[in-house]
Amino acid sequence: MKSLEEIHKIREEKKKELDLRINTSADTREKHILVCHGTGCTSSKSPKILENFNRIIKEKNIENVRVIKTGCFGLCAKGPIVIIRPEDTFYAGVTPEDCEEIIQTHIIEGNKVERLLAKDIDGTKVNSLDELNFYKKQKRIALKNCGVINPEEIDEYIAFDGYKALEKVLKEMSKDDVVKVISDSGLRGRGGAGFPTGKKWELTKAVEGSQKYVVCNADEGDPGAFMDRSILEGDPHAVLEAMEIAGYTIGANKGFIYVRAEYPIAVKRLKIAIEQAREYGILGENIFGTDFSFDIEIRLGAGAFVCGEETALLESIEGKRGQPRVKPPYPANAGLWGKPTLINNVETYANIAQIILKGSEWYSSIGTETSKGTKVFALGGNVNNIGLVEVPMGTTLREIVFDIGGGIPNGREFKAAQTGGPSGGCIPKENLDVPIDYESLKQIGSMMGSGGLIVMDDTKCMVSLAKFYLQFTVSESCGKCNPCRIGTKRMLEILERITEGKGEEKDLEKLDKLAKNIIRASVCGLGQTAPNPVLSTMKYFMDEYKEHVIDKKCRTNECKKLAKITINPELCKGCGLCQRNCPVGAIKGEGRDVREIDQSICIKCGTCIAKCPFHAIR
Amino acid sequence: MIMEENNCKCSNKDEFMAELLKEFKPEKDNLIQMLNEVQEHYGYVPKEAQQVLSEYLGIPMAEIYGVITFYSRFSLKPKGKYNISVCLGTACFVKGSQKILDRLIDRLKIGVGETTKDGKFSIEETRCVGACGLAPVFTVNGEVYGKATVQKLDQVLDELMAIEK
Repeated sequence: MKSLEEIHKIREEKKKELDLRINTSADTREKHILVCHGTGCTSSKSPKILENFNRIIKEKNIENVRVIKTGCFGLCAKGPIVIIRPEDTFYAGVTPEDCEEIIQTHIIEGNKVERLLAKDIDGTKVNSLDELNFYKKQKRIALKNCGVINPEEIDEYIAFDGYKALEKVLKEMSKDDVVKVISDSGLRGRGGAGFPTGKKWELTKAVEGSQKYVVCNADEGDPGAFMDRSILEGDPHAVLEAMEIAGYTIGANKGFIYVRAEYPIAVKRLKIAIEQAREYGILGENIFGTDFSFDIEIRLGAGAFVCGEETALLESIEGKRGQPRVKPPYPANAGLWGKPTLINNVETYANIAQIILKGSEWYSSIGTETSKGTKVFALGGNVNNIGLVEVPMGTTLREIVFDIGGGIPNGREFKAAQTGGPSGGCIPKENLDVPIDYESLKQIGSMMGSGGLIVMDDTKCMVSLAKFYLQFTVSESCGKCNPCRIGTKRMLEILERITEGKGEEKDLEKLDKLAKNIIRASVCGLGQTAPNPVLSTMKYFMDEYKEHVIDKKCRTNECKKLAKITINPELCKGCGLCQRNCPVGAIKGEGRDVREIDQSICIKCGTCIAKCPFHAIR
Repeated sequence: MIMEENNCKCSNKDEFMAELLKEFKPEKDNLIQMLNEVQEHYGYVPKEAQQVLSEYLGIPMAEIYGVITFYSRFSLKPKGKYNISVCLGTACFVKGSQKILDRLIDRLKIGVGETTKDGKFSIEETRCVGACGLAPVFTVNGEVYGKATVQKLDQVLDELMAIEK
């Protein structure tokens, strides 16, 4: 248990100590070696790197150097990442064997390890993080502390103004004040639908009830999206603080975080954060000496996409099958165990404390007319800089893909970007300059979604992509309502026919009609949005659908039953690379001969296409 | 074809369940939390464990079955000694993970969610492991193999099969 004075003291002392993390000209003799411990870097052995650094520092008896475990730096494609502060040196693709050299050359001799310096897309080496194009157009609010603090140390969170907003709210603000600030800021739900957050808080606050709940939706099910996970892994206290502020505002004393069990690191750091907050008396009875009490429990999801839907999530917290409820009543009136409940997404919460501290005007000055603040995207697929980006609303897709993302690898062309996952749609080249905000994305047939942003190059088949998403919704449909359970299955069957070369022209009409009916008639958001990937690809890539149906052809060869991989004899130089890499030995020819593919053996895996240095295979 | 349930590798089944009951109050909403623990411990949810939970929480077996089959994390059958899981998240899919899954099915001659007769291998598909920077990825008992190719998978399978010979 810490008194408010003690917490102030920790903040003051730690602030000085940690200044070098954010200030390159910090007055210090210390150096901090930050090692990314997000899921991406952890899977490529970053814990071993941390261990090696610590061992070497101990062996060599080096003083004034600390090795820190942090959350995600964002540029996952270059992982594992090590950053040395205050000078902000960015080392990419570090292996556990490199630690010795980094300590010797950088720490002891004061030079940079040239070969490990991160390179920009054009090949220039960069000395510090700010020099990377990847970071230039970003603005970090929700990710402010990710990659800066050790998420397992509450003191580090406190140092960077952590729990200051909670103190301000409890000591100086009425519940109405909080609602007003959040409403005025223009913050909207980051889970995808974009409902105004202030409005939601106001509605839940207004409902009479002796018991209310605050819930955090951390069931990030969109395949290929990892925004929420990175926030939980990199800055868990930000979510706890916001939930407490929400609890005070609506009159709740209990919160639940519903998080995917597939996120073991996030769960572990949340548990540590909750324990530390309880120890400090920041969670529990009479917080900061006021009469406000609040506690938080973690509930693990068990792998059901539909549980990201708020009412399904509530059912799951109650220990049942996660089937959505019919709305109304909305959770604000009857949520967990029938009590008034406020549900917000992780990223929404991650913005709250800063809005309280910096004010609604500051927040609403960022973004567009209808969409304020920033949005975090998980940038993935066929793009050079795969990773986590946070940009002001209104940034164009072109800026994200080409300036931040560094464009398309292997000299390929941009074909489409997909936002909103299985609920969203594809955005073609023509719309690259549309500003990213809730309304603009909806207008072009996609949606903001939770923030998955998958880039596809010209080797991707749009029909096959639509089928991929449909397969996902069919397997994740909970089965409660017929339009979704049966309708999506029928749509998938049609798509399967088309990709196998058995499609007919009237299938396209059927697909369109079925899609619109499913949208109209489904009970919850899953069904109401499931046809979007099909509708948007049909809207922008109808010629490809027609090719599959009429010409029985897939221009990308992704649809195997339609595919035939051939070698262009004019381009083939007979190097034999394709032959050596073919896993089934389907490629014939000797010496410098032009190679040929035996179609009866070929499994159409595409390895040869990727390996051919002359682009002779298609 | 699948290992019988009573072949469970674990000998202290009763002990684990007894501990579990101590940890959670007999309240219905604890079902999923407890199933998660059981799944984690045994690698599947044995029928005996279901019966224990049914009595403890006062939930009919049919309802527990309903919950287990609803959530993809829970499984009614034990997994193989090497559980190979291919990520089919969009980032991996776009980078060709379907080819890796197809190859795996082709080589092990079992489908997704199945275990080989000898109990050595099982195949799973997951939606996003979170290592999108390494896409496409597959995991063997949780260990991540990034930037995967059909050849890399073959190599890993060959090694595992050699160990098991």
